[in-house]
Amino acid sequence: MKRSILLATAARYLMPLMLIFSVFLLLRGHNEIGGGFVGGLVAASALMLYGIAISPAALRTLLPVEPRLLVGLGLLAALTSGLLPVLTGRPFLTGLWLKTPLPVIGKVGTPLLFDTGVYFVVVGVVMWILLSLAEEEAK
Amino acid sequence: MTDALWILILALLSAGLVFAFIRLARGPYLPDRVIALDLISILAMGFIVAYAVRFDQPNFLDVAIILAIISFLGTVAFAYYLERRV
Repeated sequence: MKRSILLATAARYLMPLMLIFSVFLLLRGHNEIGGGFVGGLVAASALMLYGIAISPAALRTLLPVEPRLLVGLGLLAALTSGLLPVLTGRPFLTGLWLKTPLPVIGKVGTPLLFDTGVYFVVVGVVMWILLSLAEEEAK
Repeated sequence: MTDALWILILALLSAGLVFAFIRLARGPYLPDRVIALDLISILAMGFIVAYAVRFDQPNFLDVAIILAIISFLGTVAFAYYLERRV
């Protein structure tokens, strides 16, 4: 099938913007609108736009790791954020925060780590499903 | 005066939604339906923005941004499958 040059050119510029927006949503998400889930969905749709506009194979080479590895890493990050307070003798999943906020990111703590885990799980699961579908169809 | 203006804005957006829905339901061809769906999501975006301005809720603007991104992707995906069918 012929690929649209317009769409491919637009996707190359749109994808980085959408990825930046997804990170913005992830970092803002504790007290305001946003969070790991929405950020992950926006990042996954940015990657999928690239996959549709250029090709699923190009998307596969763009991803640094396998999608299922992303899912595992995300779950590991979420579990770590739950277990860190246990090490200091507090109940599971207690929110621990650094006293001083970092310059760009803002307040850092275990809820941010948990959200990052959710982000990677969502990106990994959506990429896993969509890449399997797209590659099955290309056969 | 301004209240009447807001009612007019929301009424026009609602009328647009109704007409777009009629086009979505009646067709007659698949591309017509895809364009009607795209129009509905754009009108919903306009609704959200108008509501956010009227009731001074800046948080709702983020919803409009995300809807803009996702609905664009949805239309692209529909167009992709339409081309494959032919």
